[in-house]
Amino acid sequence: MRTNSFYTRRLHSLLGVIPLCLFFVTHMLTNFQAAEGGPERFRSAVEFINNLPILPVLEFVLIWAPLVFHGVYGLYVAYQSNLNTGRYGYGRNWAFALQRITGVITLIFVAWHVYETRIQVMLGNIGHGDFGQVMHDIATNGLSFTFYTIGVLAAAFHFANGLWAFFVSWGITVGPRAQRISSYFWMGVFVIVAGMFLAALISFRSEAFAETASVLTQTAIG
Amino acid sequence: MAETMTVQKTVRFIITRQDSPDSKPYTETFDIPYRPNMNVISALMEIQRNPVNAEGKQTTPVVWESNCLEEVCGACSMVINGKPRQACTALVDKLEQPIRLEPMRTFPVVRDLVINRERMFNALKRVKAWIPIDGTYDLGPGPRMAESKRQWAYELSRCMTCGVCLEACPNVNERSSFIGPAPISQVRLFNAHPTGEMNKEERLEALMEDGGIEGCGNSQNCVRVCPKGIPLTTSIAAVNRDVTKHMFKKWLNA
Repeated sequence: MRTNSFYTRRLHSLLGVIPLCLFFVTHMLTNFQAAEGGPERFRSAVEFINNLPILPVLEFVLIWAPLVFHGVYGLYVAYQSNLNTGRYGYGRNWAFALQRITGVITLIFVAWHVYETRIQVMLGNIGHGDFGQVMHDIATNGLSFTFYTIGVLAAAFHFANGLWAFFVSWGITVGPRAQRISSYFWMGVFVIVAGMFLAALISFRSEAFAETASVLTQTAIG
Repeated sequence: MAETMTVQKTVRFIITRQDSPDSKPYTETFDIPYRPNMNVISALMEIQRNPVNAEGKQTTPVVWESNCLEEVCGACSMVINGKPRQACTALVDKLEQPIRLEPMRTFPVVRDLVINRERMFNALKRVKAWIPIDGTYDLGPGPRMAESKRQWAYELSRCMTCGVCLEACPNVNERSSFIGPAPISQVRLFNAHPTGEMNKEERLEALMEDGGIEGCGNSQNCVRVCPKGIPLTTSIAAVNRDVTKHMFKKWLNA
């Protein structure tokens, strides 16, 4: 089959928004329940997701497949770009460069994060109820906390700036004023999203997440 | 008696040169006698007249391209002090010294500052950047264009295919087949014309192929560097809208 990079690139753009951005927002809201309601709320939020019908299908269609396509094709898009902010230090050119840099960071971060959580469940090393404990261990380790903070900031920027570019690439925001207002809006979204993810990450440092986990282990043993 | 000495003021130029398309680039420095109101072209003409470099050695004259000398032909594009622009409107009095000249390396370098902009003309052919009016019989007068629209379209018609936007674009390089900002804006221009509009779909479809409009990554450098102030990013977004509409129409009507 002859492939046309126009449709590949448009698919890459569309999948970034539907479903990946929607998943990202869902993930943010789930995590934020840890900051808002503590370990119990977080566990019930995780449980709610895991009780959804046809979960393996949803997971494959809405997360795995679009994530792999967007990530792998995104690497190719990044490879095709020069970074010339040295010569052209304009704000939008920086956003262009950062979109590619944060894309690569996010891909590495997501791969590692999925390995630490979803893959471990798949291997049977942990259960869904242990995510609070897993995240507590990650957030209390200085090195992995730093890595997660960078990952979260990169993902939030890529998300917000990607949506700005989506509105241009599909011809929704056309004029300079529309694009400027859109950029203020999406940078506001970046701050809020990054703040909510970081709030969740910081709340995982609380001892409460370790205690519930140990209670769980005890009940499991008992 | 004190001797009166007139110290000739000079301007230093550091020029990136290249003897042939495949040879290695090198820099050569020139000190050129200053004259009021001189521009980069008149400095290059001075080197042509007296090809002696700053070390006092005889050298080959620096080769460049220029035609109109009033920023409408697009031939004298080069990188001046790190920014791509027209040499004819680069006034020496307004430039930081030493003045650095380089060819626009996004294009194949022919020699010294001369580049081959053929890909831009091929791009115009590819997107059919013209209005077909020839027929086997007299087609009669075309539909009229509103004066307000003509004035608006005039801004887009000022594109001189100078290549400065392609030079600044991070997505125009040897790893990508992106057509570049200028021809996309020309699609918008010719699609806005009442007669040109009749071939609108052909032009849009030319941009819906490998290296078409999808190659734009929204860095928006093009609109910042365009010497004619053409709203290139607005053109790209407007054509994006047309392309999106055309894509869905094609799918849903098929």
